[in-house]
Formats: sequence, structure tokens, C-alpha cells
Amino acid sequence: MANVQSTPVVEKQKKKSGAVKFFAFIRNNPIGVLGLLLVALSVGSALLAPWIVPFGPTDASLTARLDAPTWQDTTGESQYFLGGDQLGRDLLSRIIYGARISLMVGLFGVLISLVLGTILGLISGYFGKWMDDFIMRAADVQLAFPFILFAIVVMSVLGTGVWKIIIILGITYWVGFARLIRGQVISLKEQEFIHAAKAIGGTNFTIIRKHILPNVLSSIFVLGTMYIAEFILLEASLTFLGLGVDPTIPSWGGMLADSRNYITSAWWTAVFPGVAIMLTVLGFNLLGDWLRDRYDPNLKV
Amino acid sequence: MFAYIVRRMLHMLLVVFVISLIIFFSIRLTGDPVSVMFSTGEASKEAIEAVRANLGLDKPLPVQYAIFIKGLLTFDFGESFRSGMPVTTLIMERAWATLSLALGGIVVAILIAFPVGILSAVKRGSGVDFFGRIFSLVGISFPNFWLGIMLILVFAVYLQWLPASGFDSFQHLILPSITLGMILSGILARLVRSSMLEVLNQQYISTAKSKGISEWSVIMKHGFRNALLPTVTFLGLQFGSLLGGTVIVEQVFSWPGIGTLIIDAINQRDYPVIQGGVIFLAIIMVVVNLLVDLSYTLIDPRIKTGKEA
Repeated sequence: MANVQSTPVVEKQKKKSGAVKFFAFIRNNPIGVLGLLLVALSVGSALLAPWIVPFGPTDASLTARLDAPTWQDTTGESQYFLGGDQLGRDLLSRIIYGARISLMVGLFGVLISLVLGTILGLISGYFGKWMDDFIMRAADVQLAFPFILFAIVVMSVLGTGVWKIIIILGITYWVGFARLIRGQVISLKEQEFIHAAKAIGGTNFTIIRKHILPNVLSSIFVLGTMYIAEFILLEASLTFLGLGVDPTIPSWGGMLADSRNYITSAWWTAVFPGVAIMLTVLGFNLLGDWLRDRYDPNLKV
Repeated sequence: MFAYIVRRMLHMLLVVFVISLIIFFSIRLTGDPVSVMFSTGEASKEAIEAVRANLGLDKPLPVQYAIFIKGLLTFDFGESFRSGMPVTTLIMERAWATLSLALGGIVVAILIAFPVGILSAVKRGSGVDFFGRIFSLVGISFPNFWLGIMLILVFAVYLQWLPASGFDSFQHLILPSITLGMILSGILARLVRSSMLEVLNQQYISTAKSKGISEWSVIMKHGFRNALLPTVTFLGLQFGSLLGGTVIVEQVFSWPGIGTLIIDAINQRDYPVIQGGVIFLAIIMVVVNLLVDLSYTLIDPRIKTGKEA
């Protein structure tokens, strides 16, 4: 969009110092900046986990079972800032490590569904005819079956595991990308520059790669960002049901499942992992919302 | 119109058929139910074989599937491996609990989303609108089971106003309904807002205003009524994910619905109950989607019934 602006505006911006521009950006995009901060917080936790955790995430301690957070503690014995769980493990360290699972599921799951959905959407929209019919019928069937039910059936067959969830999410959520891209390709296909590219002898592959794909990329990124948020929620739900990540690995959904039996005596075990999920998911949703307003205002997702 | 209905019905049957295939074959890979039933190891081989034959598990898979489909057509899902009760009876006993939870969720979603959505649209760009936008985003940003746990913590454990689990009275319905409806309300509020905005920009709204009708009566009579259609469609189409959501919410509140029935059955390898329960939920969903599609074309005849775009 920058090149649409007239020259005087650009010159005016150049005169401003970097810091002024930075603060102006924050003031003008509060939603985007907040989203970025929250995402950075969870990505930072995931990447730096081994160096920033105060305790080992799986170090159990009999004496520290269900210890209250230090700032709530009356006995003066608790060492855990956010309290301990039913095995005396530090909640904060487990939450920091839990970011790894959530982000892994979100990022890799979206990557699979994005690639799958983009390919199928391009085929469906560009070539049309029976391929379009077939892919869209398959999409209808997929949409008619609630993901949670499908995942419950499949995960109970396969057993728990991070990569199993990632693959199931990846292969069931292609529909959103495929439909989005198909719609855009159908309208792009009839535009002059595509006809021109065909007229000068461009092959289908070249046209898709050079002229169609760049035009749908922004929508793909917006939807992808929002799907990361959704995948994190779905993984937590499945793990909560005991059908997701292996219970021995620290994950936010698993921590909440554990907390259910101690909710009357140790509220912190139920509160903080949920706050972690909420902040991370909110971060991706804010970011997606802001990206959509900025790059793709007409997109309905 | 008639051809359209027939085509939609055929499509619905195809969907149910594919779902039945997925469920039937995938759960038969979960493990041998008979060996789970006799995990203590006292039973003789002959006894195990007898039980297997009795349950029809000795037959080849295609035969088992044919029996399953025949049962599906007559709404007979066989008997539970565990209790020996007919699956249809088990489902029907629980259907009311799940249905009342789903309806409760929809009511809560509407009660929250309509005021927020309408106000955001009318006061577009104001603080109310910004708050509404944040509310919608926060609303879709936490897992509903966590909201359920938090509600239990506050209203059942600390304040002790409402029960944390069970299914005996209206009070028991409140927390689960809020849990289920909250997620939906975030998305619904955005939809109400955008469809209200679309309507409020129309010429006839300006006309109505210029005739001197009060602002709110224009908004409610002309604006809201026209914005209702997409909202109803959305609710119909969301019914599926709502039913999926009940499975999780039921776990949180120990709600005696179809969701808990299915999860318990998975842990016990009770095939007929799993496949019956999931198929039942899937059929309800597909039927609701069909009804929404059909009613949409009846309410607004401009919607094309020809080849779908």
C-alpha cells in the first residue's frame, strides 16, 4: 500500500525520528502491538525454556505438593512463584515448557493444513470441472463432521502423541484454506493479466506460481495466524480429555486435566495454565485481526 | 425447488455414509474389546471365543459393517458390550441432557451477543465498539473447558451459589450453559455487528429516519429484523461445533449426556456405544444443517437453488 501514498506524505514521514515513528506506530496499532507482544512472550518462553525456568519442569518433590504461590503462602516454605502441582512440581516452569507443545502444535499443524489446503484450493479454483466438484464435495463432508468427534475417534485408536495431533489437525483443517483460495483464484483467473500471461504462452504452472500465488499470500497468512490460535485451543481440549499429548510431557491442557481433582484445595493449579493458554491464543487472534484489517480488509474469517 | 431438496438430501446421505465408514473402521483398530473385558486373565480361551461369537466380533469386517448399516437404517445400534442394554436406549436416556445443554448454550450466546453486536454496530467506532471487538476476541481466545473450571471455582467452590456438577434442577444447567455459550457469543457478536452494519447503510434506513421515526425503533424494526437472517443461519451451521463442544463441557461438569457416554465407552472399548453415539450426534448435525439450508431458501427466495457456486 505504501507506494499509493503521495510523495509529500513520504517526505514528511522521513523527517520524523525513529523513536517518534515507533511510538506513533504503537499508538495507531494498539491491537497489533499487543498481539505481537503476547506472541513474543510465548515464543520467547518456548525457545528459551531451558535457560529461564527456575526449576526442572518434571522435578517432583513430596514436601512441595500443592504448595501455594510464594506471594500467597502463609507457611513460608513455598519456593514456587505460581505454586506447586499435585506432585510438587513447579507450576511456572511447567507453564514455560508447556508453551513448546502449544506452539509446536499450532505452527506445524497450520503448516500442514496450509500447504495441503493451498494446493487443493489452487487446483480446485484454477482447473475447475470435475476436480473442483470432487474437492468441494470432500470439503463438505469434512465440514459436516465436527472436528472434536473425529479427533476423539481417531485419537482413541492411535493413542496420545504430539505428532499425531499435529497430523490430524493438519489433514482436517485444509478445508478453510482450500475454500478461501479457490474463491480468490476463481475471480483472479478472469482478470486481464492472467489472460495476458496465457496469451504469451505461459504454462499453467508458471501462471499459478508467478501470478496467482503472490496475490493470495496475504489471505493465507491472515487465516494461518488465526488457525494457530484455534489449533492451540483444540490441542488443549483434546489433552484435557486425555486424548492429546502424552500426560508425562508438560502441556497446558494436561496441567488443567490434573488440576480438576484439586480445584477446591489448590486454585492455582487450575488458574495459571489457563491464563497461559488465553494470553497466547489471544495474542495470535489479535495479530490475525490486525493483519486482516491491514492487508485484507474484505476477508471474511 | 423440489430437485434442490432431493439433491440436498442425497448429499446428506453421502455425508452420513462416509462418517459411518470412518467411525466403523477406525474404532475397530483400537484393540480387542474382549481381551480388555477379560484383562484379569482368569477366563479360558473357549470362554473368550464364546463371548466374541456372541458379540458378533468373529465375523469378517464387511459383514459386521453390513449388520451395522442395517441397524442404522432401523435406528438399532446393537447392544452395549458392557451393560447389555440396547444402545438406542442408552442414547435416548442421555439425549435430553445433551440437547438441553446445547439449547442452554445457544440461549446464553444470544443473550450476550445480540446486545453487544447491536450496540457495537450502532455506536460504530466508539468506545463501545472497541470494547465489543475486544470482547469478541477474548471470547474466542480461551478454551471453554477452562472457563467451566473457573466458573466452578468462583460460583461453586468459593461463593457456593451454584452446584458444580449433576443434572437435577435448573440451577445445574446454568454454569454448563454459560461455559458452552460464551465461546459462541464471541463469534456471534461479530456477526450481528457486521450484518447490522450492512443493513444500517441501506437507503431504506435513511428513509425511515427521515420520516421522523425514532432512532431505536428504526434500528430494531428495520435494522435488526433484516440482520436476523444471517444470524439464524450461522446458529444453525454452528450447531455441529456446539455439539462437539458439549462433549468437553459435559466432562467438566460430569453432565450425564451423550458426550460422557462416548468418552466412557472409549475407555471401555464399548464399540456399539461409541459408534452409536458419534453417529447419532453426526446425524443430528447433518439434519440441522439441511433444515437451515432449506429454511433459508424459503425465507429468502432470491437464494439460488440451482447449481451451487
